[in-house]
Amino acid sequence: MVLRYTYLLRSSWPRILELAYWPTVQMILWGFITQFFTGHSDWVAQASGVLLSGVLLWDMLFRAQLGVTLPFFEELYSRNLGHLFVSPLRPSELVLSLLGISLIRTVIGVGTAVLLAIPLYHYSLFSLGLPLIGFFANLLVLGWALGIAISALVLRYGLGAESLAWVGIFALAPVSGIYYPIATLPDWLQPVSYALPSSYVFEGMRAALFGHHLRLDLLFYAVVLNVIYISLSVWLFLALFRRARRDGLLLHIGE
Amino acid sequence: MRTRATRCAIEIIDLNKRFGAISAVEHVTFSVKRGETYALLGANGAGKTTTLAMLLGLMIPDSGQIFVLNVDMLRDRYRVLSRINYASPYVDLPQRLTVRQNLTVYGRLYSVPKLARRIDELTAQLDLEGFIDRSYRNMSSGQKTRVALAKALLNKPEVLLLDEPTASLDPDTADRTRTYLEDYRRATGATVLLASHNMLEVERLCDKVLMMRAGCIVDRGTPKELIARYGRRTMEEVFLDVARNKAIA
Repeated sequence: MVLRYTYLLRSSWPRILELAYWPTVQMILWGFITQFFTGHSDWVAQASGVLLSGVLLWDMLFRAQLGVTLPFFEELYSRNLGHLFVSPLRPSELVLSLLGISLIRTVIGVGTAVLLAIPLYHYSLFSLGLPLIGFFANLLVLGWALGIAISALVLRYGLGAESLAWVGIFALAPVSGIYYPIATLPDWLQPVSYALPSSYVFEGMRAALFGHHLRLDLLFYAVVLNVIYISLSVWLFLALFRRARRDGLLLHIGE
Repeated sequence: MRTRATRCAIEIIDLNKRFGAISAVEHVTFSVKRGETYALLGANGAGKTTTLAMLLGLMIPDSGQIFVLNVDMLRDRYRVLSRINYASPYVDLPQRLTVRQNLTVYGRLYSVPKLARRIDELTAQLDLEGFIDRSYRNMSSGQKTRVALAKALLNKPEVLLLDEPTASLDPDTADRTRTYLEDYRRATGATVLLASHNMLEVERLCDKVLMMRAGCIVDRGTPKELIARYGRRTMEEVFLDVARNKAIA
């Protein structure tokens, strides 16, 4: 049986890569957290809830992405794409429906955690005030962009690429500055961070918690980047959908 | 927008599709008049499913033209998709939904009027009563075939494309399904193109047969014409001759 499982492991290089991926990402993330808190041990005391806000906002991004990819994968597991795309449903309409269900799933999933945090930890994410709407909207759209791009890649490369749904987003965690300011990152890594809308959201979150004000400049950069990423992801989905039609993948994907 | 006014429900002109070095469909040309039933016959890998997939727009051909109900499928297929439908054992429906939920979702995608009543009609006609509210994943393969047929008939399609429509059905259910398809065609004047390996089914349902081998149409005619041409007694024997590339007797 060990041989049987070894065959399975050997058949997919992403599976082998994944073995090392999670410990590495965790190590990098907690390495930066440790590095930051070593010099700023009083930081959390200045704004209670900064870590909890980070976790909850990060989960918005993660749930928004999963909210797109998991329903799409359901269609693949069911081998249902062939039926869907001989119906009058257009690919752009499928994408819109995935965004709609992602919004519902994210509100239910994260909303529950946000509400539970109030009695459990006496912390309400709503204390962020109006900026919370901006944070939520930007993380939702970034999650959608990632979800659509991952769905597109799975459409092209099959379910062998489905682990991207779990793996991809966590690569962003260390560079998004969820638990520490972007300045904690080494200089060479900061440009990567500033290319992500999520970094501006978490910087904005800290500004709201520590400075009690809304940084419109950060919100603006997040919106601009999100417009670019969501446009690119929709373009990628439509391009790879056309490629899948050319290669005859819609009938067989999921088998 | 490109249309053409002909009496054909389906018109395929010089269709070609290659996958690398393999020619899956080569210079395929045929037309099906409104109200007729045609069969695509051939061994596995002959090009039947690829032809159907291109006809439906699931696959883009390398070259050629496809018109369904006079609409160019390569340019304007969304104009006509609500008037056609498709069933195949190679494509499934969402597993975690009940049969009724599946039919409701597809009924809405096809904008079927009075959907609940239409589902009730099909439930009775295709004998789905026993499992209409059960999860699709718990169906036997024969039950799934009937559900797929119900989905294909939801919008009362003018053109019905069927890949192995009675696969996995027991002889009794298969016979009733064929009777239903005959009645449906008579009542609606629908055009049917089916791919099948069941020669009795082909002889019973089809006006004409297109014989495919290695991506090409190698012969065509009514079942009677083909049987006479090959000097055989049944379509089964004709099929074997064509599949094994035997010369006409």
